[in-house]
Amino acid sequence: MVNVIGSRTVNDSTKPTVSISVAAPQDAMPAAREPRIRTDKVNVWYGEKHALFDVTVDIPDRAVMAFIGPSGCGKSTFLRCINRMNDTIDSARVEGSITLDGKDIYDPDLDVVELRARVGMVFQKPNPFPKSIFENVAYGPRIHGLARHKTDVEAIVVSSLKKAGLFEEVKDRLDEPGTGLSGGQQQRLCIARTIAVSPDVILMDEPCSALDPIATARVEELIDELRENYTIIIVTHSMQQAARVSQRTSFFHLGVMVETGPTDQIFTNPKDKRTQDYITGRFG
Amino acid sequence: MTSPSDAAISAGIWSTPEAQASRRRRKRGDLVLQGLGIGAISLAVGLLGLLLVSLGYLGYRAFVQTMVTLDFPVSTERVDAANPAAGNYRLVIRDALVAQFPEVTSTGDLRDLNAILTNNAQFMVRDAVIADPSVIGGTIRLSLPASDQFDQLNKNNVPRDVPETQRRISDQQILWFDTLAERGAVSTPFNWGLIFNADSRFPELAGLAGAIVGTFYAILVCFLISFPVGIAAAIYLEEFAPRNRFTDIVEVNINNLAAVPSVVFGLLGLAVFLNFFGLPRSAPLVGGMVLALMTLPTMIIVTRAALKAVPPSIREAALGMGASKHQMILHHVLPLSMPGILTGTIIGLAHALGETAPLLLIGMNAFITSPPGGLLDASTTLPTQIFIWADSPERGFLARTAAGILVLLAFLVVMNALAIFLRQRLERRW
Ligand SMILES: Nc1ncnc2c1ncn2[C@@H]1O[C@H](COP(=O)(O)OP(=O)(O)O)[C@@H](O)[C@H]1O
Ligand SMILES: [Mg+2]
Repeated sequence: MVNVIGSRTVNDSTKPTVSISVAAPQDAMPAAREPRIRTDKVNVWYGEKHALFDVTVDIPDRAVMAFIGPSGCGKSTFLRCINRMNDTIDSARVEGSITLDGKDIYDPDLDVVELRARVGMVFQKPNPFPKSIFENVAYGPRIHGLARHKTDVEAIVVSSLKKAGLFEEVKDRLDEPGTGLSGGQQQRLCIARTIAVSPDVILMDEPCSALDPIATARVEELIDELRENYTIIIVTHSMQQAARVSQRTSFFHLGVMVETGPTDQIFTNPKDKRTQDYITGRFG
Repeated sequence: MTSPSDAAISAGIWSTPEAQASRRRRKRGDLVLQGLGIGAISLAVGLLGLLLVSLGYLGYRAFVQTMVTLDFPVSTERVDAANPAAGNYRLVIRDALVAQFPEVTSTGDLRDLNAILTNNAQFMVRDAVIADPSVIGGTIRLSLPASDQFDQLNKNNVPRDVPETQRRISDQQILWFDTLAERGAVSTPFNWGLIFNADSRFPELAGLAGAIVGTFYAILVCFLISFPVGIAAAIYLEEFAPRNRFTDIVEVNINNLAAVPSVVFGLLGLAVFLNFFGLPRSAPLVGGMVLALMTLPTMIIVTRAALKAVPPSIREAALGMGASKHQMILHHVLPLSMPGILTGTIIGLAHALGETAPLLLIGMNAFITSPPGGLLDASTTLPTQIFIWADSPERGFLARTAAGILVLLAFLVVMNALAIFLRQRLERRW
């Protein structure tokens, strides 16, 4: 882990925005920190279809936040607002405010490329580039100019693969295609690729839904480790997964954020009737 | 798992008359469909085979050429060593023939004897003497093409048993030729002239060199224009263009352009490139530009299809990493679609390679006896050369037309093989 902390410090010093909670002790309660991301009355339309209604949530720093809810309730839509991936959908329109470290990410001055370097994303289906394992991880640092020299790139690739818990498995075949790995390895490669640009936030959209239980367990373990250094938001349709990996949970239903709270409270003592129905398996 | 009674029951289910009948029906359906498919493929392969066989039958004769090998006495009387180019080579040739047939003396007979060799024989002897002036005063042994009539005679295309008046060569000429053959002076080697000579009025001298070079230039121009322009247009339409009425109109028109008869592009080339811009007629540059116009819509369509085939997950991955749009396209989408684009390009170019009509309109069917030295020199292309030869009355051009078609087909096969090769190479590199 020394490696991890070391590289964080370096990366933080290169970022224009100073992270508020850098000084906070590593083992502090998530709630004790200032929220990293705040959203206020976020609405999303796909053409005429109103998909998200007035979502207001605070997302804590260095913790895992889970979005749960039945399929089609807008979890992915909301997640994709946070790195502005919805910009790539022609029909999508986003209103409301989302701030990262106090800065409005929909500010016209803000460059979406810089935003996405700070807010990485891991997708539902593992989607490594059809390039070598090395190139997959090296791509981000290269396009963002994080590494000038070959040795720098190599250092970043190795440390990212280590952080993603993949290095030992692939160290002898870094030049083989990333698409040749198993599903779980591919997903960890995608996580390594995301980590390589040293983001502050990692968004994960059902990262385990295409994986078998053993691969899922490895990725969940990894998420738990990464929480020390990254703000993680995970969308999951599995309540067990949310319970296992997250500290806070938001429950979405029909485009509305119904309830947000500490994960154990959501699962043991939900306040809203709809949350109750969902976690007791009455719908979804 | 299953107990014996279960097995018995299921065996009963499988073997009921209804089940058997329905199974037979399904199998018959499968067989019929399979049979239809095999029939269709056999028909296509059979027709293609028939075409190749008939072309081969017609064309193989053009791949060999009757040559007559003689000793030419280059006496100082006929050729001045100080100025070999000005020598009287007609007489050199006559001397060589008379040496073979001393009994021939009358002017008419000498002319008939002379007709065994190609009309350009004197220039060939001259060139050989200029290349090696040391033979002046001695003899030089040369193999020269026989003229078309005797080439056909040698290839058994001239009936020997009909009255003299029904063919263009006399019994006496046949006798002379046979005598030469007996003396071992007649040979039929591979006809390199077919590939290395330019066009000629005399079939025995006519070759495809001009057409091959002209085709190469025209296809090169076509590629250099349609490949980058096609990719740029496809990328814009596929990745950047807003979805609106205007884009729809452009799109529909591109699809329509791909279906426009190629002769229309020839008219366009004639009106715009020749009449308006004043570019030279018959030039491979203009031919290539016209072919590029014709190929461009196809190019845009295949490129768009190739771009569209790149999985959205790759685009999301790139954008999610913070790649900008151009980085996503240039680093990921374009390389991944390259195999498809290249295959489409080569198929488009192969199509252009065989195109005749638009090139006729810009005068690429001119009679040109030397290969083009550049993009602006007048030239023909393979298909227009075939068109010219097919139009010529001489017997020798019939075989040459078929041979020309075989050469064109060979080019197409090579291009398609290249497409497959490139595709596999690039795919292995994913
Ligand atoms: N690209 C899109 N275009 C139109 N509608 C969409 C699009 N993506 C999602 N939707 C709609 O928005 C709603 C929320 O979808 P989504 O955020 O994917 O739900 P979840 O991830 O919770 O299953 C759904 O009704 C879905 O049909
Ligand atoms: Mg989803």
